[in-house]
Amino acid sequence: MTTENITRTLVSSATLNRRRGRILYWIVATLVIAGFTAIFLGPLYFMFTDGLKSTKESVQSPPTLYPHAVHPGNYIDAWNGTGIARLLGNTLYYAFGALAFQLVFDVAAAYAISKLRPRFGDAIFGLMLATLMIPALVLVVPQYLTVADVPVVHLNLIGSPAAIWLPSVANGFSIFLLKRFFDSIPDDLMHAAEIDGAGRIKILWSIVLPMSRPILAVVSIFAVTSVWKDFLWPKLVEGGYSPTRETLNVGLTQAANTSPQNMVIAASAIAAVPAIIFFLVFQRNIMAGLTVGGLKG
Amino acid sequence: MAEQVLLGPGKRSIPRSPAGGPQAPRRRFVVNLRHNLAGYGFMAGAVACFALFSWYPMIREFIMSFQGTHRDPVTRLPKTTWVGWRNYTRIFHDPTFAAAWKNTVEFSLLALLIGFAVPFVVAIVLNELRHARGYLRVLVYLPVMLPPASALLLFQYFYDPNVGLFDHLLHVLHLPTSQFVQSSGSAMVSVVIASTWMNMGGTTLIYLAALQNIPGELYEAAELDGAGILGRIRHVTIPQTRLILSMMLMLQIVGTMQLFIEPFILTNGGAGPDNSTISVVNLIYQYAFNLSGSSNYNSASALGVLLMLVLGVFSALYLWISRDRDK
Repeated sequence: MTTENITRTLVSSATLNRRRGRILYWIVATLVIAGFTAIFLGPLYFMFTDGLKSTKESVQSPPTLYPHAVHPGNYIDAWNGTGIARLLGNTLYYAFGALAFQLVFDVAAAYAISKLRPRFGDAIFGLMLATLMIPALVLVVPQYLTVADVPVVHLNLIGSPAAIWLPSVANGFSIFLLKRFFDSIPDDLMHAAEIDGAGRIKILWSIVLPMSRPILAVVSIFAVTSVWKDFLWPKLVEGGYSPTRETLNVGLTQAANTSPQNMVIAASAIAAVPAIIFFLVFQRNIMAGLTVGGLKG
Repeated sequence: MAEQVLLGPGKRSIPRSPAGGPQAPRRRFVVNLRHNLAGYGFMAGAVACFALFSWYPMIREFIMSFQGTHRDPVTRLPKTTWVGWRNYTRIFHDPTFAAAWKNTVEFSLLALLIGFAVPFVVAIVLNELRHARGYLRVLVYLPVMLPPASALLLFQYFYDPNVGLFDHLLHVLHLPTSQFVQSSGSAMVSVVIASTWMNMGGTTLIYLAALQNIPGELYEAAELDGAGILGRIRHVTIPQTRLILSMMLMLQIVGTMQLFIEPFILTNGGAGPDNSTISVVNLIYQYAFNLSGSSNYNSASALGVLLMLVLGVFSALYLWISRDRDK
């Protein structure tokens, strides 16, 4: 039994160190570890192995627990047949473009609200926060019509990446996180730089941003994953072009209607790989971001 | 002297300019103006995006819900006119309207029952384990990161009543088999199960963080007073996490009432057998972007306004509950 746990929890270490406690603990621990592995990794196991089955085996009843004849070629066929490389490329392009736009515009705005404090800055900030009360899906119709004919400039953004990038800047949550973090940076630091003759952009670039790395990481992860996981909006604004401009989620759903079952599962598995790698690499930041950002479902 | 006023008119320690002189008020005005303009310059990009893609659509949804489009009998051009509450009365008379709200509420309740309680219990158990904690946290959160289409296509396959894994599992366990998403009785429950699998990681980890903040002495004291495990959960764990539980409850209601992609993929378009899985957002989508050409943005807007009002209430409750959390 490891004794490194710092605070006591529901069950005390003393109870666990007793013979009966230890036995009970190991029964529960084994059950939990086995159960979680089955529930959360089990489906993924089938995702990767069902993709290896032949078309016939994949629609056989009862289903086989492992591929009786392994067809690794399915993955190559799925890669070629569903144009998944292009879908993946599109999605990454939209996701990192949205990230760049958010980092530039939202950081600048949060910096202005927090540190430059122009007149009415707080009122504008309040209006930005108010958008958090209205979830994006509810506004999908007027938003779609607006993107199809942007007021004032009369541009049609449908089919252009800007239809995803620009609306992603209007993210009250990012502004809130950034502004709250910038508030915690002492003004004195900036006054010192000001006396040394640094301008506003220079202060932002060489004082504020280097101190804000943790929150920039959180905002970046939110920005990338929200585009990565989005479905309805990219379906509406990037659908129906050739060559396709669709995202992974949208393209995959469409390919599912026309492809055999084993191809669909193989393509789903391929689509899941970048997300799994991204998660395993950044898991610390991703899971910390959940609580750093206060709460967001 | 403008460069001396880079930072806002907050508490500043250094006196700026030699005060006084006949031109001081005028110069201060120019300086303030330049300062404000610089601030607005930094905000311009974000404000423009908010205005175009958030504030304006919000107002426009209200306006459109009271408008209608029809062809002018003379010029044959589409014309927009005010129609009062006609869009609202039209959607009230649509039988799908009631089904969509019923399904959405049913999904929310089921998702809360499962998606609110299960993560709490899971978090309590995880918090007690001294082993494999990192591994279990990664496991719970992994599905959250998957592309939703991947996860849902996989579940659609599992749910197949003939060749699916779940049917086989029920069979092996000698339980009554089910038609899952293909029968109106079990379709919604199947949607909830898939959705919970995909989404419970976030909630679990937030609860886990809250549990870790409970001071150990409280448990110690409760145990000395003779409280058993359940007693400690009831008298320490739940009161100590009450705030975060109620915040998550509001967030989950807002989140689950926006149900869209799960029925859309699992039941090929979202309606499901006998409209048993159509959600409000699915119906907005159908009204607005129906492929059969009967698309009607105004009815969709009216429905959007209704959903906006309902969700607005829960969002406001969330803000009210969390108002002094940061203090």
